[in-house]
Amino acid sequence: MNTTKKEIYLDHASTTYVRPEVVQAMLPFFEQKFGNPSSLHHLGLEAKSAVDDSRNKIASILNCKSSEIIFTRGGTESINLAIKGVASLKGKGHIITSTIEHPAVLNTCAWLEKKGFSVTYLEVDDDGLILIKELEKAIRNDTILISIMYANNEIGTIEPIEEIGKIAKKHKVLFHTDACQAAGALELDVNKLGVDLMTINGSKIYGPKGMGLLYKHNNVKLEPLIHGGGQEAGLRSGTENVAGIVGLATALELAQKEKDKENKRLVELREYLIKNTLKKIFKSFLNGHPTKRLPNNVNISFLDVEGESIMLYLNEYGVYVSTGSACSSQKLQISHVLNAIGLKHDAAHGSIRFTLGKKTTKSDIDYVLKVLPSIIDSLRKISPVKMKMSEIREKKYVHNVIKSKSLSFVEASSLSGKLDQSRNVAVATGSSLREDRASEVFVKDFEGIMHI
Amino acid sequence: MKTTNTKTTSADVSGHEGEQWLYTEKVKDHFFNPRNIFRCEKDAVKYEKKADGIGQVGSPACGDVMKMYIKVNKKNNTIRECKWRTFGCASAIASTSVLSEMVIGMKLEDCKKLTPQDIVKALGGLPARKIHCSVLGDQALRTAIDDYEKRKEKLK
Repeated sequence: MNTTKKEIYLDHASTTYVRPEVVQAMLPFFEQKFGNPSSLHHLGLEAKSAVDDSRNKIASILNCKSSEIIFTRGGTESINLAIKGVASLKGKGHIITSTIEHPAVLNTCAWLEKKGFSVTYLEVDDDGLILIKELEKAIRNDTILISIMYANNEIGTIEPIEEIGKIAKKHKVLFHTDACQAAGALELDVNKLGVDLMTINGSKIYGPKGMGLLYKHNNVKLEPLIHGGGQEAGLRSGTENVAGIVGLATALELAQKEKDKENKRLVELREYLIKNTLKKIFKSFLNGHPTKRLPNNVNISFLDVEGESIMLYLNEYGVYVSTGSACSSQKLQISHVLNAIGLKHDAAHGSIRFTLGKKTTKSDIDYVLKVLPSIIDSLRKISPVKMKMSEIREKKYVHNVIKSKSLSFVEASSLSGKLDQSRNVAVATGSSLREDRASEVFVKDFEGIMHI
Repeated sequence: MKTTNTKTTSADVSGHEGEQWLYTEKVKDHFFNPRNIFRCEKDAVKYEKKADGIGQVGSPACGDVMKMYIKVNKKNNTIRECKWRTFGCASAIASTSVLSEMVIGMKLEDCKKLTPQDIVKALGGLPARKIHCSVLGDQALRTAIDDYEKRKEKLK
């Protein structure tokens, strides 16, 4: 195995490096301006004013009041504060979330279920979009909170937050969104989005790890998770991480300022990687929505091979990615997100997530495109599994989605999986084969599905 | 859409088990340079007909599939050739590869006695959560031997 010195990091959805501007902004607050913002002397006031400045900067990006920003120690904590904070104040009730949320949301909800709350997990379509019609149906008299992620961390699908916000408002239900993956690339104006609560963290936007924030509309009441000195309006006690707060504000400000230009660059690279991978490697397909997706996310499944093997090969070539397949003690588990978009376990095992970043160049992508086909090829050579592109989704799933969406014929046949292959050809060639061929070629499959 | 009340945990989330999973050099060697494999699909198809016994275990849904092909030296009942194909993670691939080396020249009755621990030992160890991958290797081999013995019975 020949190893090269190249190091290509395509795992920015896991975490990003801290950009130099952010490090520079943070540095003074370790040794010189180390004061406690609660102290009344000069050093304390200096730290307090840095925290205030940061809060103001963020408030102007989110188009909200400074008092509506609560600094926390990360995305997971913000999510816990939002969901448990609402739940424990209400004492009982019903929460709506989706099957593709981050474990921070899912496990918090699962814990609340044990405490007597009831939870509806909205299903998603084959692109990972929540079934919005089902959302309104799921709202009950005792629904206290809707928590839907802004953009998915694994497949990059961007959820219709504004639409959800309108429905939540109409029914007077609080709406929280986990915007951790979205914060670096998408609109964060809380009024436009119509959210009451929003989670953001530093480690995905070239800011510090262990630093997050929760936007909370002033009318929303929360029970704190952590009790103590009463910092952050009593909602997050503990001496402020001043350097972290300054770092988070700087990172968010830079990301938002640069996002239009950077998104354009990333989308070009993303499309280049998707098109060429699907073209060069047969029996591969894209997971997630083709257009409503994060500019830096590419998630592709390769049939007949297993993700960890692909990942280790890429690692040997200096390319760092993630896989949706993970060994647990008994069997190989697939990601709950790939499961939710209806992928059969067999098809989901070979999925790889590439997430591009600020330093990713076209030559990096070319390098991946050079090494990847032979990796897949050598793994397929030793694989006894021969799957078909027409068998990548569970029939039961297809049936459910067709029913709940009252889909048109064309949409339904695309879900049957028979169209996935043509669709990927369409993505690769830039044509709209998906719609054209559907009605003629896949009549029988559709009928078959409807009569399960 | 599923709505649950209290008892069941409906979200299937795999968490961190917090254990280390570094591979040994031996595992890496067998993973990156697998032994006794087919050069191409054609070879595999041909071998399918020539093998004395074939055994396959596992399912892609569970994450691992192992298929072993053996040729037997009938004079002394030892394995003359052993080829394989594996779908799975690095340790699944490495454990089939190392097993294919171990069994060449080994008596069938001794092959049947091989345990997952023998395979793990030959690899210089495996991370705990990966041990189950190797469990399939000895089963695949045993299935191939059973297949060979059944075929032999039929010829009698």
